[in-house]
Amino acid sequence: MDTADTYNYKVVRQFAVMTIVWGIVGMLVGVYIAAELVWPQLNLDVPWLTFSRLRPLHTNAVIFAFGGSALFATSYYVVQRTCQTRLFSDGLATFTFWGWQLIIVLAAVSLPLGITSSKEYAELEWPIDLLIAVVWVAYAIVFFGTIVKRKVSHIYVANWFYGAFILTIAVLHIFNNLEYPVSLTKSYSIYPGAIDAMVQWWYGHNAVGFFLTAGFLGMMYYFIPKQAQRPVYSYRLSVVHFWALISTYIWAGPHHLHYTALPDWAQSLGMVFSLILLAPSWGGMINGMMTLSGAWHKLRDDPILKFLIVSLSFYGMSTFEGPMMSIKTVNSLSHYTDWTIGHVHSGALGWVGLVSIGSIYFLIPKLFGKERMYSVKAMEVHFWIATVGIVLYIASMWISGVMQGLMWRAVNDDGTLTYSFVETVKAMHPYYFVRFLGGTLFLSGMLIMAWNAVKTISGATPATATANQSA
Amino acid sequence: MDLNDIRAWYTVVLFVTFIGIWAWAWSGKRKARFEEAARLPLEEPDAPRPDKNKGDHHE
Repeated sequence: MDTADTYNYKVVRQFAVMTIVWGIVGMLVGVYIAAELVWPQLNLDVPWLTFSRLRPLHTNAVIFAFGGSALFATSYYVVQRTCQTRLFSDGLATFTFWGWQLIIVLAAVSLPLGITSSKEYAELEWPIDLLIAVVWVAYAIVFFGTIVKRKVSHIYVANWFYGAFILTIAVLHIFNNLEYPVSLTKSYSIYPGAIDAMVQWWYGHNAVGFFLTAGFLGMMYYFIPKQAQRPVYSYRLSVVHFWALISTYIWAGPHHLHYTALPDWAQSLGMVFSLILLAPSWGGMINGMMTLSGAWHKLRDDPILKFLIVSLSFYGMSTFEGPMMSIKTVNSLSHYTDWTIGHVHSGALGWVGLVSIGSIYFLIPKLFGKERMYSVKAMEVHFWIATVGIVLYIASMWISGVMQGLMWRAVNDDGTLTYSFVETVKAMHPYYFVRFLGGTLFLSGMLIMAWNAVKTISGATPATATANQSA
Repeated sequence: MDLNDIRAWYTVVLFVTFIGIWAWAWSGKRKARFEEAARLPLEEPDAPRPDKNKGDHHE
Protein backbone atom coordinates (compact mmCIF):
# COMPACT_ATOMS: atom_id res chain seq x y z
CA MET A 1 0.00 0.00 0.00
CA ASP A 2 2.37 2.64 -1.24
CA THR A 3 0.12 5.63 -1.71
CA ALA A 4 -0.17 9.27 -0.77
CA ASP A 5 -1.67 8.14 2.54
CA THR A 6 1.49 6.30 3.58
CA TYR A 7 5.02 7.41 4.18
CA ASN A 8 7.68 6.85 1.52
CA TYR A 9 9.71 4.16 3.26
CA LYS A 10 11.18 2.74 0.05
CA VAL A 11 13.89 5.38 -0.28
CA VAL A 12 14.58 5.18 3.46
CA ARG A 13 15.02 1.40 3.18
CA GLN A 14 17.38 1.81 0.22
CA PHE A 15 19.59 4.35 1.98
CA ALA A 16 19.51 2.42 5.29
CA VAL A 17 20.76 -0.76 3.64
CA MET A 18 23.42 1.12 1.67
CA THR A 19 24.62 2.76 4.90
CA ILE A 20 25.71 -0.68 6.11
CA VAL A 21 27.16 -1.68 2.72
CA TRP A 22 29.19 1.52 2.26
CA GLY A 23 30.21 1.46 5.91
CA ILE A 24 31.83 -1.92 5.37
CA VAL A 25 33.48 -0.87 2.09
CA GLY A 26 34.81 2.44 3.45
CA MET A 27 36.07 0.94 6.69
CA LEU A 28 37.65 -1.99 4.86
CA VAL A 29 39.66 0.48 2.76
CA GLY A 30 40.57 2.26 6.01
CA VAL A 31 41.81 -0.96 7.59
CA TYR A 32 43.77 -1.76 4.43
CA ILE A 33 45.61 1.56 4.40
CA ALA A 34 46.20 1.24 8.16
CA ALA A 35 47.80 -2.13 7.36
CA GLU A 36 49.88 -0.49 4.62
CA LEU A 37 51.36 1.83 7.22
CA VAL A 38 52.38 -1.21 9.28
CA TRP A 39 53.45 -3.35 6.31
CA PRO A 40 54.29 -0.99 3.41
CA GLN A 41 54.75 -3.93 1.01
CA LEU A 42 50.95 -4.27 0.94
CA ASN A 43 50.73 -1.72 -1.86
CA LEU A 44 52.03 -4.62 -3.99
CA ASP A 45 53.70 -2.08 -6.31
CA VAL A 46 50.31 -1.43 -7.89
CA PRO A 47 49.76 2.36 -8.33
CA TRP A 48 46.04 2.28 -7.48
CA LEU A 49 46.71 0.36 -4.28
CA THR A 50 49.08 3.00 -2.91
CA PHE A 51 48.25 4.82 0.31
CA SER A 52 48.08 8.18 -1.48
CA ARG A 53 45.26 7.02 -3.76
CA LEU A 54 43.36 4.82 -1.33
CA ARG A 55 43.35 7.37 1.51
CA PRO A 56 40.99 9.81 -0.26
CA LEU A 57 38.88 6.80 -1.28
CA HIS A 58 38.63 5.84 2.41
CA THR A 59 37.70 9.35 3.57
CA ASN A 60 35.18 9.91 0.78
CA ALA A 61 33.63 6.48 1.31
CA VAL A 62 33.17 6.75 5.07
CA ILE A 63 32.10 10.42 5.10
CA PHE A 64 29.96 10.73 1.97
CA ALA A 65 28.94 7.13 1.21
CA PHE A 66 28.45 5.73 4.74
CA GLY A 67 27.70 9.00 6.59
CA GLY A 68 25.84 10.44 3.61
CA SER A 69 23.57 7.40 3.20
CA ALA A 70 22.85 7.46 6.95
CA LEU A 71 21.92 11.14 6.69
CA PHE A 72 19.68 10.62 3.65
CA ALA A 73 17.94 7.65 5.28
CA THR A 74 17.34 9.27 8.65
CA SER A 75 16.46 12.73 7.33
CA TYR A 76 13.86 11.30 4.92
CA TYR A 77 12.42 9.21 7.76
CA VAL A 78 12.45 11.95 10.39
CA VAL A 79 11.08 14.70 8.16
CA GLN A 80 8.12 12.53 7.13
CA ARG A 81 7.29 11.34 10.63
CA THR A 82 7.63 14.68 12.40
CA CYS A 83 5.83 16.59 9.62
CA GLN A 84 3.22 13.79 9.42
CA THR A 85 3.20 13.87 5.66
CA ARG A 86 4.69 11.88 2.78
CA LEU A 87 7.88 13.09 1.04
CA PHE A 88 7.34 16.02 -1.31
CA SER A 89 8.28 14.04 -4.41
CA ASP A 90 8.82 10.29 -4.76
CA GLY A 91 10.46 10.72 -8.15
CA LEU A 92 13.04 13.22 -6.89
CA ALA A 93 13.69 11.10 -3.80
CA THR A 94 14.39 8.09 -6.03
CA PHE A 95 16.65 10.30 -8.15
CA THR A 96 18.66 11.32 -5.06
CA PHE A 97 19.19 7.66 -4.18
CA TRP A 98 20.43 6.54 -7.57
CA GLY A 99 22.31 9.79 -8.18
CA TRP A 100 24.14 9.45 -4.87
CA GLN A 101 25.03 5.81 -5.60
CA LEU A 102 26.37 6.81 -9.04
CA ILE A 103 28.52 9.52 -7.44
CA ILE A 104 29.95 6.99 -4.99
CA VAL A 105 30.78 4.53 -7.77
CA LEU A 106 32.41 7.32 -9.83
CA ALA A 107 34.48 8.27 -6.77
CA ALA A 108 35.48 4.64 -6.22
CA VAL A 109 36.76 4.47 -9.79
CA SER A 110 38.32 7.91 -10.25
CA LEU A 111 40.20 8.23 -6.96
CA PRO A 112 42.27 5.01 -7.26
CA LEU A 113 43.07 6.07 -10.85
CA GLY A 114 44.72 9.16 -9.36
CA ILE A 115 42.11 11.58 -10.74
CA THR A 116 41.91 14.27 -8.06
CA SER A 117 41.53 18.02 -7.61
CA SER A 118 43.81 17.53 -4.55
CA LYS A 119 41.51 19.44 -2.19
CA GLU A 120 41.10 17.38 0.97
CA TYR A 121 37.56 15.92 1.32
CA ALA A 122 36.74 17.59 -2.02
CA GLU A 123 39.05 15.52 -4.23
CA LEU A 124 36.43 14.59 -6.83
CA GLU A 125 36.90 16.21 -10.22
CA TRP A 126 34.57 18.72 -11.81
CA PRO A 127 32.13 16.45 -13.71
CA ILE A 128 31.41 14.59 -10.46
CA ASP A 129 31.19 17.91 -8.59
CA LEU A 130 28.47 19.01 -11.01
CA LEU A 131 26.55 15.78 -10.47
CA ILE A 132 26.82 16.23 -6.69
CA ALA A 133 25.40 19.75 -7.01
CA VAL A 134 22.41 18.49 -9.04
CA VAL A 135 21.64 15.63 -6.64
CA TRP A 136 22.03 17.95 -3.67
CA VAL A 137 19.57 20.47 -5.08
CA ALA A 138 17.09 17.63 -5.62
CA TYR A 139 17.67 16.57 -1.99
CA ALA A 140 16.98 20.13 -0.81
CA ILE A 141 13.75 20.28 -2.86
CA VAL A 142 12.51 16.97 -1.43
CA PHE A 143 13.41 17.91 2.15
CA PHE A 144 12.19 21.50 2.22
CA GLY A 145 9.19 20.64 0.05
CA THR A 146 8.17 18.12 2.71
CA ILE A 147 8.60 20.76 5.43
CA VAL A 148 6.38 23.14 3.45
CA LYS A 149 3.54 20.59 3.10
CA ARG A 150 3.74 19.48 6.77
CA LYS A 151 0.50 18.73 8.62
CA VAL A 152 1.66 20.04 12.00
CA SER A 153 2.43 23.63 12.90
CA HIS A 154 5.86 23.01 14.43
CA ILE A 155 9.05 22.28 12.57
CA TYR A 156 10.66 19.82 14.98
CA VAL A 157 14.22 20.74 16.02
CA ALA A 158 15.76 17.70 14.28
CA ASN A 159 14.51 19.13 10.98
CA TRP A 160 16.22 22.46 11.70
CA PHE A 161 19.53 20.66 12.05
CA TYR A 162 18.95 18.55 8.91
CA GLY A 163 17.86 21.69 7.04
CA ALA A 164 20.97 23.66 8.08
CA PHE A 165 23.13 20.72 7.03
CA ILE A 166 21.54 20.48 3.57
CA LEU A 167 21.62 24.22 2.91
CA THR A 168 25.15 24.83 4.15
CA ILE A 169 26.65 21.83 2.37
CA ALA A 170 25.18 23.13 -0.90
CA VAL A 171 26.87 26.52 -0.41
CA LEU A 172 30.18 25.01 0.75
CA HIS A 173 30.33 22.46 -2.05
CA ILE A 174 29.59 24.95 -4.79
CA PHE A 175 32.00 27.69 -3.66
CA ASN A 176 34.90 25.41 -2.74
CA ASN A 177 34.67 23.59 -6.07
CA LEU A 178 34.67 26.62 -8.37
CA GLU A 179 37.36 25.54 -10.80
CA TYR A 180 38.65 25.94 -14.37
CA PRO A 181 38.37 22.63 -16.22
CA VAL A 182 41.36 21.96 -18.48
CA SER A 183 40.19 18.48 -19.50
CA LEU A 184 37.49 16.02 -18.54
CA THR A 185 39.58 14.76 -15.64
CA LYS A 186 41.57 17.82 -14.54
CA SER A 187 40.65 21.26 -13.22
CA TYR A 188 42.30 24.05 -11.27
CA SER A 189 40.77 26.10 -8.45
CA ILE A 190 39.78 29.65 -9.37
CA TYR A 191 41.20 30.93 -6.06
CA PRO A 192 44.86 31.89 -5.76
CA GLY A 193 47.34 30.89 -3.02
CA ALA A 194 46.36 31.62 0.56
CA ILE A 195 42.78 32.48 -0.49
CA ASP A 196 42.45 29.01 -1.95
CA ALA A 197 43.70 27.55 1.32
CA MET A 198 41.21 29.62 3.31
CA VAL A 199 38.27 28.66 1.07
CA GLN A 200 39.35 25.01 1.25
CA TRP A 201 39.36 24.99 5.07
CA TRP A 202 36.23 27.10 5.32
CA TYR A 203 34.77 24.18 3.36
CA GLY A 204 36.77 21.52 5.19
CA HIS A 205 35.90 22.49 8.71
CA ASN A 206 32.27 23.09 7.88
CA ALA A 207 32.13 19.67 6.27
CA VAL A 208 32.91 18.61 9.84
CA GLY A 209 30.52 21.16 11.34
CA PHE A 210 27.55 20.66 9.09
CA PHE A 211 27.92 17.30 7.34
CA LEU A 212 29.44 15.41 10.29
CA THR A 213 27.83 17.38 13.12
CA ALA A 214 24.61 19.27 12.35
CA GLY A 215 23.14 16.40 10.32
CA PHE A 216 23.98 13.84 12.99
CA LEU A 217 22.62 16.14 15.72
CA GLY A 218 19.37 15.91 13.76
CA MET A 219 19.58 12.15 14.32
CA MET A 220 20.30 12.66 17.99
CA TYR A 221 17.28 14.93 18.50
CA TYR A 222 14.93 12.39 16.97
CA PHE A 223 16.27 8.93 17.81
CA ILE A 224 17.31 9.51 21.45
CA PRO A 225 13.88 10.84 22.54
CA LYS A 226 12.24 8.13 20.44
CA GLN A 227 14.25 5.24 21.86
CA ALA A 228 14.14 6.59 25.43
CA GLN A 229 10.41 7.30 24.96
CA ARG A 230 10.64 10.70 26.57
CA PRO A 231 10.85 14.20 25.09
CA VAL A 232 14.20 15.92 24.76
CA TYR A 233 15.51 17.30 28.07
CA SER A 234 15.12 21.00 27.13
CA TYR A 235 13.50 22.16 23.93
CA ARG A 236 14.48 25.80 24.47
CA LEU A 237 18.09 24.73 24.97
CA SER A 238 17.84 22.96 21.60
CA VAL A 239 16.78 26.25 19.98
CA VAL A 240 19.76 28.13 21.43
CA HIS A 241 21.98 25.11 20.65
CA PHE A 242 20.97 25.31 17.00
CA TRP A 243 21.61 29.02 16.44
CA ALA A 244 24.80 29.09 18.49
CA LEU A 245 26.25 26.04 16.75
CA ILE A 246 25.57 27.10 13.18
CA SER A 247 26.67 30.70 13.64
CA THR A 248 29.93 29.72 15.36
CA TYR A 249 31.05 26.76 13.24
CA ILE A 250 31.22 28.78 10.05
CA TRP A 251 34.20 30.81 11.40
CA ALA A 252 36.37 28.01 12.77
CA GLY A 253 38.08 26.92 9.54
CA PRO A 254 41.32 28.94 9.87
CA HIS A 255 42.50 26.74 12.75
CA HIS A 256 43.56 24.28 10.03
CA LEU A 257 46.03 26.90 8.82
CA HIS A 258 47.91 27.96 11.96
CA TYR A 259 51.45 29.16 11.27
CA THR A 260 50.91 29.26 7.50
CA ALA A 261 50.75 32.11 4.96
CA LEU A 262 47.22 32.90 6.17
CA PRO A 263 47.18 36.34 7.91
CA ASP A 264 47.71 36.10 11.67
CA TRP A 265 44.44 37.84 12.50
CA ALA A 266 42.51 35.21 10.54
CA GLN A 267 44.34 32.43 12.40
CA SER A 268 43.51 34.02 15.77
CA LEU A 269 39.89 34.54 14.73
CA GLY A 270 39.65 30.84 13.81
CA MET A 271 41.15 29.88 17.16
CA VAL A 272 38.78 32.09 19.18
CA PHE A 273 35.68 30.81 17.39
CA SER A 274 36.89 27.23 17.83
CA LEU A 275 37.18 27.84 21.58
CA ILE A 276 33.68 29.34 21.70
CA LEU A 277 32.39 26.21 19.92
CA LEU A 278 32.88 24.24 23.12
CA ALA A 279 29.77 25.92 24.57
CA PRO A 280 27.16 24.97 21.95
CA SER A 281 28.77 21.54 21.44
CA TRP A 282 28.55 20.66 25.11
CA GLY A 283 25.13 22.30 25.43
CA GLY A 284 23.88 19.91 22.75
CA MET A 285 25.63 16.91 24.27
CA ILE A 286 24.16 17.63 27.71
CA ASN A 287 20.72 18.12 26.19
CA GLY A 288 20.93 14.68 24.55
CA MET A 289 22.28 12.90 27.58
CA MET A 290 19.93 14.50 30.10
CA THR A 291 17.02 13.24 27.99
CA LEU A 292 17.73 9.97 29.77
CA SER A 293 17.61 11.56 33.22
CA GLY A 294 15.33 9.48 35.42
CA ALA A 295 15.52 6.61 32.95
CA TRP A 296 19.19 5.67 33.10
CA HIS A 297 18.25 2.05 33.79
CA LYS A 298 17.14 1.81 30.14
CA LEU A 299 20.82 1.91 29.17
CA ARG A 300 21.43 -1.42 30.88
CA ASP A 301 19.55 -3.65 28.46
CA ASP A 302 18.95 -1.48 25.40
CA PRO A 303 21.90 -1.70 22.98
CA ILE A 304 20.41 1.00 20.70
CA LEU A 305 20.43 3.49 23.56
CA LYS A 306 23.98 2.38 24.39
CA PHE A 307 25.10 3.25 20.86
CA LEU A 308 23.30 6.61 20.96
CA ILE A 309 24.42 7.71 24.41
CA VAL A 310 28.04 6.54 24.09
CA SER A 311 28.19 8.36 20.74
CA LEU A 312 27.38 11.52 22.70
CA SER A 313 30.23 10.77 25.13
CA PHE A 314 32.63 10.60 22.20
CA TYR A 315 31.05 13.77 20.80
CA GLY A 316 31.75 15.51 24.10
CA MET A 317 35.31 14.21 24.15
CA SER A 318 36.17 15.24 20.62
CA THR A 319 34.48 18.65 20.93
CA PHE A 320 36.62 19.31 24.00
CA GLU A 321 39.75 18.06 22.26
CA GLY A 322 39.07 20.07 19.09
CA PRO A 323 38.97 23.53 20.71
CA MET A 324 42.04 22.60 22.75
CA MET A 325 43.93 21.59 19.60
CA SER A 326 42.90 24.83 17.89
CA ILE A 327 44.88 26.85 20.47
CA LYS A 328 47.93 27.96 18.51
CA THR A 329 50.53 26.76 21.03
CA VAL A 330 48.87 23.34 21.34
CA ASN A 331 48.48 23.22 17.57
CA SER A 332 52.21 23.82 17.11
CA LEU A 333 52.69 20.44 18.77
CA SER A 334 49.69 18.55 17.40
CA HIS A 335 49.46 19.74 13.80
CA TYR A 336 50.67 17.35 11.07
CA THR A 337 50.98 14.54 13.65
CA ASP A 338 48.92 11.42 14.34
CA TRP A 339 47.19 13.27 17.16
CA THR A 340 45.00 14.86 14.49
CA ILE A 341 44.18 11.41 13.09
CA GLY A 342 43.24 10.24 16.60
CA HIS A 343 41.04 13.30 17.12
CA VAL A 344 39.26 12.83 13.80
CA HIS A 345 38.53 9.17 14.52
CA SER A 346 37.25 9.87 18.01
CA GLY A 347 34.67 12.04 16.25
CA ALA A 348 34.21 9.85 13.18
CA LEU A 349 34.06 6.38 14.75
CA GLY A 350 32.85 7.46 18.19
CA TRP A 351 30.30 10.12 17.37
CA VAL A 352 29.26 9.79 13.71
CA GLY A 353 29.77 6.02 13.54
CA LEU A 354 27.97 5.05 16.75
CA VAL A 355 25.05 7.47 16.37
CA SER A 356 24.48 6.23 12.79
CA ILE A 357 24.72 2.58 13.79
CA GLY A 358 22.26 3.14 16.66
CA SER A 359 19.82 4.95 14.37
CA ILE A 360 20.04 2.29 11.65
CA TYR A 361 19.44 -0.45 14.24
CA PHE A 362 16.33 1.50 15.23
CA LEU A 363 15.19 1.86 11.62
CA ILE A 364 15.83 -1.58 10.08
CA PRO A 365 13.09 -3.49 11.98
CA LYS A 366 10.62 -0.59 11.61
CA LEU A 367 11.22 -0.33 7.86
CA PHE A 368 10.96 -4.05 7.20
CA GLY A 369 7.94 -4.77 9.38
CA LYS A 370 9.71 -6.54 12.23
CA GLU A 371 9.39 -5.98 15.93
CA ARG A 372 13.12 -5.88 16.61
CA MET A 373 16.48 -6.83 15.13
CA TYR A 374 17.01 -10.57 14.60
CA SER A 375 19.58 -10.77 17.39
CA VAL A 376 19.72 -8.31 20.29
CA LYS A 377 22.73 -10.22 21.62
CA ALA A 378 24.62 -9.50 18.38
CA MET A 379 23.88 -5.78 18.76
CA GLU A 380 25.32 -5.95 22.26
CA VAL A 381 28.45 -7.70 20.94
CA HIS A 382 28.71 -5.13 18.14
CA PHE A 383 28.55 -2.31 20.68
CA TRP A 384 31.41 -3.65 22.80
CA ILE A 385 33.63 -4.62 19.86
CA ALA A 386 33.15 -1.18 18.32
CA THR A 387 33.83 0.63 21.59
CA VAL A 388 37.01 -1.33 22.32
CA GLY A 389 38.10 -0.73 18.72
CA ILE A 390 37.63 3.03 19.05
CA VAL A 391 39.54 3.16 22.33
CA LEU A 392 42.47 1.21 20.85
CA TYR A 393 42.44 3.46 17.78
CA ILE A 394 42.39 6.83 19.52
CA ALA A 395 44.68 5.91 22.43
CA SER A 396 47.38 4.62 20.07
CA MET A 397 47.14 7.72 17.90
CA TRP A 398 47.32 10.04 20.92
CA ILE A 399 50.53 8.41 22.13
CA SER A 400 51.99 8.15 18.66
CA GLY A 401 51.03 11.74 17.77
CA VAL A 402 52.30 13.45 20.89
CA MET A 403 55.54 11.44 20.69
CA GLN A 404 55.92 12.37 17.03
CA GLY A 405 55.40 16.07 17.78
CA LEU A 406 57.86 16.02 20.66
CA MET A 407 60.50 14.21 18.59
CA TRP A 408 60.11 16.70 15.72
CA ARG A 409 60.70 19.70 17.95
CA ALA A 410 63.55 18.24 20.05
CA VAL A 411 66.84 20.07 19.47
CA ASN A 412 70.38 19.49 20.73
CA ASP A 413 72.43 22.11 22.57
CA ASP A 414 74.11 23.10 19.32
CA GLY A 415 70.74 23.74 17.67
CA THR A 416 70.65 20.65 15.44
CA LEU A 417 67.61 18.34 15.40
CA THR A 418 67.83 15.47 17.90
CA TYR A 419 65.91 13.02 15.71
CA SER A 420 65.88 12.37 12.01
CA PHE A 421 62.48 11.98 10.35
CA VAL A 422 62.93 8.25 9.90
CA GLU A 423 63.55 7.82 13.62
CA THR A 424 60.06 9.22 14.31
CA VAL A 425 58.58 6.83 11.77
CA LYS A 426 60.31 3.89 13.45
CA ALA A 427 59.05 4.99 16.88
CA MET A 428 55.47 5.15 15.58
CA HIS A 429 55.52 1.65 14.08
CA PRO A 430 54.10 -0.29 17.09
CA TYR A 431 51.26 2.22 17.49
CA TYR A 432 50.36 1.81 13.82
CA PHE A 433 49.82 -1.87 14.58
CA VAL A 434 47.53 -1.08 17.54
CA ARG A 435 45.58 1.32 15.33
CA PHE A 436 45.23 -1.44 12.72
CA LEU A 437 43.80 -3.73 15.43
CA GLY A 438 41.35 -1.04 16.58
CA GLY A 439 40.15 -0.44 13.03
CA THR A 440 39.80 -4.19 12.42
CA LEU A 441 37.61 -4.50 15.52
CA PHE A 442 35.37 -1.63 14.42
CA LEU A 443 35.04 -3.20 10.95
CA SER A 444 34.21 -6.60 12.52
CA GLY A 445 31.35 -4.91 14.35
CA MET A 446 29.98 -3.70 11.02
CA LEU A 447 30.13 -7.25 9.64
CA ILE A 448 28.10 -8.46 12.62
CA MET A 449 25.63 -5.68 11.89
CA ALA A 450 25.35 -6.74 8.25
CA TRP A 451 24.66 -10.34 9.26
CA ASN A 452 22.07 -9.21 11.77
CA ALA A 453 20.40 -6.94 9.20
CA VAL A 454 20.26 -9.69 6.56
CA LYS A 455 18.69 -12.05 9.10
CA THR A 456 16.17 -9.38 10.11
CA ILE A 457 15.24 -8.43 6.57
CA SER A 458 15.09 -11.88 4.99
CA GLY A 459 11.58 -13.28 5.02
CA ALA A 460 10.16 -10.03 6.34
CA THR A 461 7.37 -8.14 4.63
CA PRO A 462 8.23 -4.49 4.00
CA ALA A 463 6.36 -2.15 6.31
CA THR A 464 4.09 0.50 4.86
CA ALA A 465 3.09 2.07 8.16
CA THR A 466 -0.68 2.10 8.13
CA ALA A 467 -2.80 3.47 10.91
CA ASN A 468 -3.75 0.08 12.35
CA GLN A 469 -0.12 -0.94 12.83
CA SER A 470 1.50 -0.25 16.18
CA ALA A 471 4.48 2.13 16.19
CA MET B 1 32.39 55.35 8.30
CA ASP B 2 35.00 52.99 6.90
CA LEU B 3 34.76 49.27 6.40
CA ASN B 4 36.10 48.48 9.88
CA ASP B 5 33.28 50.42 11.53
CA ILE B 6 30.80 48.35 9.59
CA ARG B 7 32.59 45.18 10.69
CA ALA B 8 32.52 46.28 14.32
CA TRP B 9 28.83 47.17 14.20
CA TYR B 10 28.04 43.91 12.39
CA THR B 11 29.64 42.02 15.29
CA VAL B 12 27.53 43.98 17.78
CA VAL B 13 24.36 43.32 15.75
CA LEU B 14 25.09 39.57 15.65
CA PHE B 15 25.77 39.51 19.39
CA VAL B 16 22.55 41.35 20.20
CA THR B 17 20.65 39.02 17.83
CA PHE B 18 22.04 36.02 19.68
CA ILE B 19 21.03 37.44 23.07
CA GLY B 20 17.62 38.13 21.51
CA ILE B 21 17.27 34.49 20.40
CA TRP B 22 18.19 33.39 23.89
CA ALA B 23 15.63 35.70 25.51
CA TRP B 24 13.00 34.57 22.99
CA ALA B 25 13.66 30.88 23.68
CA TRP B 26 13.61 31.31 27.45
CA SER B 27 10.48 33.47 27.57
CA GLY B 28 7.57 31.94 29.45
CA LYS B 29 5.25 32.53 26.47
CA ARG B 30 7.11 29.91 24.48
CA LYS B 31 6.82 27.17 27.12
CA ALA B 32 3.57 25.55 26.00
CA ARG B 33 4.51 25.70 22.32
CA PHE B 34 7.90 24.15 22.98
CA GLU B 35 6.43 21.38 25.11
CA GLU B 36 4.07 20.54 22.28
CA ALA B 37 6.93 20.56 19.77
CA ALA B 38 9.11 18.38 22.00
CA ARG B 39 6.41 15.68 22.01
CA LEU B 40 6.26 15.49 18.20
CA PRO B 41 8.53 12.44 17.84
CA LEU B 42 6.58 10.61 20.56
CA GLU B 43 3.03 11.30 19.46
CA GLU B 44 3.29 10.74 15.73
CA PRO B 45 0.55 8.65 14.14
CA ASP B 46 1.71 5.77 11.98
CA ALA B 47 0.26 7.12 8.75
CA PRO B 48 0.45 10.70 7.55
CA ARG B 49 -2.58 12.87 8.07
CA PRO B 50 -4.77 12.83 4.96
CA ASP B 51 -4.58 15.95 2.85
CA LYS B 52 -7.59 18.10 3.72
CA ASN B 53 -7.80 19.57 0.21
CA LYS B 54 -8.09 16.18 -1.44
CA GLY B 55 -10.52 14.82 1.12
CA ASP B 56 -10.13 11.74 3.25
CA HIS B 57 -9.59 9.02 0.62
CA HIS B 58 -8.00 5.61 1.08
CA GLU B 59 -6.72 3.11 -1.43
